[in-house]
Amino acid sequence: MKPAIKPKDIIYNDFVIRFANVNGSGSASANGMFAHAIFRMGVPVTGRNIFPSNIQGLPTWFEVRVNERGHLGRRDGADIVVAMNAETYVQDVDALLPGGYLVFDSSKPMARTLRARRSDIHHIGIPIANLLVHEFADAKQRALFKNIVYLGALAELLEIDMDVLKHMVDDQYRGKDALIAPNYHALDIGSGYARDYLGEHLRFRVRPSDQVGNRIIVDGNTSAALGALYGGASVCAWYPITPSTSMAEAFEKYAAQHRKDPDSGQIKAAVVQAEDELSAIGMVIGAGWNGARAFTCTSGPGVSLMNEFLGLAYFAEIPAVLFDIQRAGPSTGMPTRTQQSDILLSVYASHGDTKQIVLLPSSPKECFDFAADAFDLADRLQTPVLVLSDLDLGMNDHLSEPFEWDAERRYDRGKVLSADDLDRMDQFSRYLDVDGDGIGYRTLPGAHPDKGAFFTRGTSRDEHAAYTEAPEAYIRNMERLLVKWDTAKTLVPKAEIDQRGTDANANANDMGVIYYGSTEAAMGEALELLSERGIQLDAMRIRAVPFGDEVVRFIAAHETLFVVEQNRDGQMRQLLIAELGEHGVASQSLHSILYYGGLAISAGEIYEQILSWIEEQMRERMRPRVLKFS
Amino acid sequence: MTFVAKPTARHPSLKINEIGLTRRDYEGSVSTLCAGCGHDSVSAAIVSACAELGLPPHKFLKISGIGCSSKTPNYFLGHSHGFNSVHGRMPSVATGASLANKELYCLGISGDGDSASIGFGQFAHIVRRRINMLYIVDNNGTYGLTKGQFSATNDLGSTSKRGVPNLYEPIDLVSMAMQIGATFVARSFSGDKRQLVGLIKAGLMHRGFSFIDVISPCVAFNNHNGSTKSFAHMRNMQREVVSADYVAPQVEMQIDYAAGETEDVTMPDGAHLRLRKLHSDYDPHDRLHAINYLGERGREGEVVTGLLYVKSDTENTHDILNLVDTPLNSLDEEDLCPGLDALESINQSFR
Ligand SMILES: Cc1ncc(C[n+]2csc(CCOP(=O)(O)OP(=O)(O)O)c2C)c(N)n1
Ligand code: SF4
Ligand SMILES: [Mg+2]
Repeated sequence: MKPAIKPKDIIYNDFVIRFANVNGSGSASANGMFAHAIFRMGVPVTGRNIFPSNIQGLPTWFEVRVNERGHLGRRDGADIVVAMNAETYVQDVDALLPGGYLVFDSSKPMARTLRARRSDIHHIGIPIANLLVHEFADAKQRALFKNIVYLGALAELLEIDMDVLKHMVDDQYRGKDALIAPNYHALDIGSGYARDYLGEHLRFRVRPSDQVGNRIIVDGNTSAALGALYGGASVCAWYPITPSTSMAEAFEKYAAQHRKDPDSGQIKAAVVQAEDELSAIGMVIGAGWNGARAFTCTSGPGVSLMNEFLGLAYFAEIPAVLFDIQRAGPSTGMPTRTQQSDILLSVYASHGDTKQIVLLPSSPKECFDFAADAFDLADRLQTPVLVLSDLDLGMNDHLSEPFEWDAERRYDRGKVLSADDLDRMDQFSRYLDVDGDGIGYRTLPGAHPDKGAFFTRGTSRDEHAAYTEAPEAYIRNMERLLVKWDTAKTLVPKAEIDQRGTDANANANDMGVIYYGSTEAAMGEALELLSERGIQLDAMRIRAVPFGDEVVRFIAAHETLFVVEQNRDGQMRQLLIAELGEHGVASQSLHSILYYGGLAISAGEIYEQILSWIEEQMRERMRPRVLKFS
Repeated sequence: MTFVAKPTARHPSLKINEIGLTRRDYEGSVSTLCAGCGHDSVSAAIVSACAELGLPPHKFLKISGIGCSSKTPNYFLGHSHGFNSVHGRMPSVATGASLANKELYCLGISGDGDSASIGFGQFAHIVRRRINMLYIVDNNGTYGLTKGQFSATNDLGSTSKRGVPNLYEPIDLVSMAMQIGATFVARSFSGDKRQLVGLIKAGLMHRGFSFIDVISPCVAFNNHNGSTKSFAHMRNMQREVVSADYVAPQVEMQIDYAAGETEDVTMPDGAHLRLRKLHSDYDPHDRLHAINYLGERGREGEVVTGLLYVKSDTENTHDILNLVDTPLNSLDEEDLCPGLDALESINQSFR
């Protein structure tokens, strides 16, 4: 007999559960329901899919973190493992923290080996296959309902509200009502078995909370697609690549719903699946040149292919919006894992002297906002805007503030001259800096019978778009593009600065942390962990390149800064040094904190690395100096 | 560029077209190509065709890739916007531009290097996609702008200026286009102005994707004895099978051909394509026949020209994508932004 769990040992709304399944076995929907039910109980939750480059047969994991305080970054170590994949049993069992729970199918032959492997965990065997044999005649149904049975059992063991789960079944199978009853039945089989044979509930439990508020749970790609829809995109050209594909698919789906002309049934958006990424960005540039808001979405390999065109658009000054949902490097396999490794590729995309505008959203809400803003920025600045998300943010469901839109908002189409404007003018000079912001006025094809037409080329033209190869004209143009870059600094989203360290110490803090994008999910928790150790850090979340003055000031105000990123080479750190070197930003004050193993960065990782750096420094300072003569 | 008031005096010899303009109004900047380059004749034919059709000279999209040929959009239709884009990628830029505003005439200019080598993929896919445009390749069998390397349309055994024979099989863009489903496919010769102007007019007015491969000799690098893309070779070996012209709705045109079988193909706007068959054994409505014919005559060293295949009443990209009639680039917030109520229900769907 196990000793009963004392009330004080029960942990509510704070655990990590890992589902280990075989890809293509229908587990994704059951696991998604698990996370969503907890969300509907008002408890902050996030689910991360770790999947192979494979359609069926390879291992896949779904890791759910439940945290009342809203710390939803990835956490190392699992409290509960649902081990449904024989191939990964060993590694899944080993992932459990001491005292954790292993849920497994006890009707499988592997069960005994599993029990023997660790004695510091609880084994919860459920004879899932056997339970189903008697209930469902069809083998395919039996396979699918396996997932629902463990869902029912977990609901019982973790005290998840069964009514909420059943509502979710209703929602999921609306219109396919015949499927509702068998799903209910499978849930009941699981919960019934747990009630009758497994005795006590787990130490980890879920109880209703009010911590979700009016927030939503959604992935970044869907959010960005909706942002593009609200932001007025009317052309989407793309080529399939994980993890960006779901963005184009979401855009197409929502455009079919919300951009349909009620009378004709025709659509106010063109979605074109191109033959490759070169073509996709070419279409975007052609459409942008001709005045339609256009975007493409891709990942690193696609951005590499688009490089030549990105240079042309920079030099020819054509609005274009590109979403890069970053992944881990080339080829297949690791690329279905997450990273932030396209920073330098994006900012300096292409040949010649180029600097591209980059936006760095950190949440679904920001994916929505920045997607819409990207079109205004691209039109205003007449240049490509790259929005860098990543697999973790893009493909996993995250808790997010709901989407908002200002009914009064008008699209900023930038400096486009109408026929009337042209009629009032004596002279039109496409590339002349009339306003001192580095941005010329443009015209759209067909606007006027005899004014405003010009010939677009990358280089070799003067302020009036006339052909020239004169060195002075080239230099003047390149200098003007730098003025435009300075203008961009004032228009892109500002860095978000949190002076918590400074406040806590009452006097200026000399240490801080710089981070961006999806790292945000882990950062709040990491800062709390450090603070518990007496280390107070100011924090700056960079949201765009080029860097605004606030970035320069923050860096100048701190002697030691940790730049946290999910890549090997400290790309943001390099960029800060390259772009802000003339403002005194020096490499000695910036220290890289890196994780790039393909999983989302965890708070523990950040905490450990920063802590050990600081401890190392302290040891250095204590060490007696040895003078060397040579 | 300063707007210069147009001189009101007009040379009496300049004909005025339907919309009160002369050929001059369709011209562009002065060409910087080599004197005698075939590409300049193609530009001149475009000017004539547009003037004869009486189309508004500012209602064109002129898109090109990179090469001597791709420079030419600067030399015609000076009142229209042009875009000298990226080597081999004109088709994608034209696709985007055409999607943004379907009301403009989309004219793509490319070279044989541009379309048959670096841009072969984009060429194939724009044909499949059926953009409503006229796609012209100025085909000289060589890379003019990079000084005379063989291109992929250069015939096996045709020699370079230094007498070195080409060792590879050519790609025939015309056969390719027919194979992939183009609905207007022609080949012409820059030295045959009458034929070329007629084909350009017909191609511009064809609703759907039109392709014209124009043999356009490069006087600098590929106009010598031994080249199959020289003026002399074309004059000897050209075999015109079907000529074409555009007949506007309600206009009965005087045909000045002496004899031959003519056929009118009705176009969706009520106009006609007037075809004149110069070889009774050729049928421009049978794709497979056309492809075979080209192959057979090609084996004899002949270059078959004229309107090689046509099919009217076809869908283009706008129809396939079921796009609204309003040009996408003139949709505003009213049309594009789904609004607050929709957003609230979207938010609700994520709870
Ligand atoms: C990506 C890239 N590679 C190579 C070049 C160099 N280049 C310029 S024009 C050209 C060939 C043009 O040949 P074609 O399209 O036949 O045009 P032509 O000059 O013969 O009219 C090449 C290879 C380039 N501009 N861009
Ligand atoms: S090099 Fe050849 S293709 Fe280029 S302009 Fe001269 S003649 Fe024409
Ligand atoms: Mg050529």
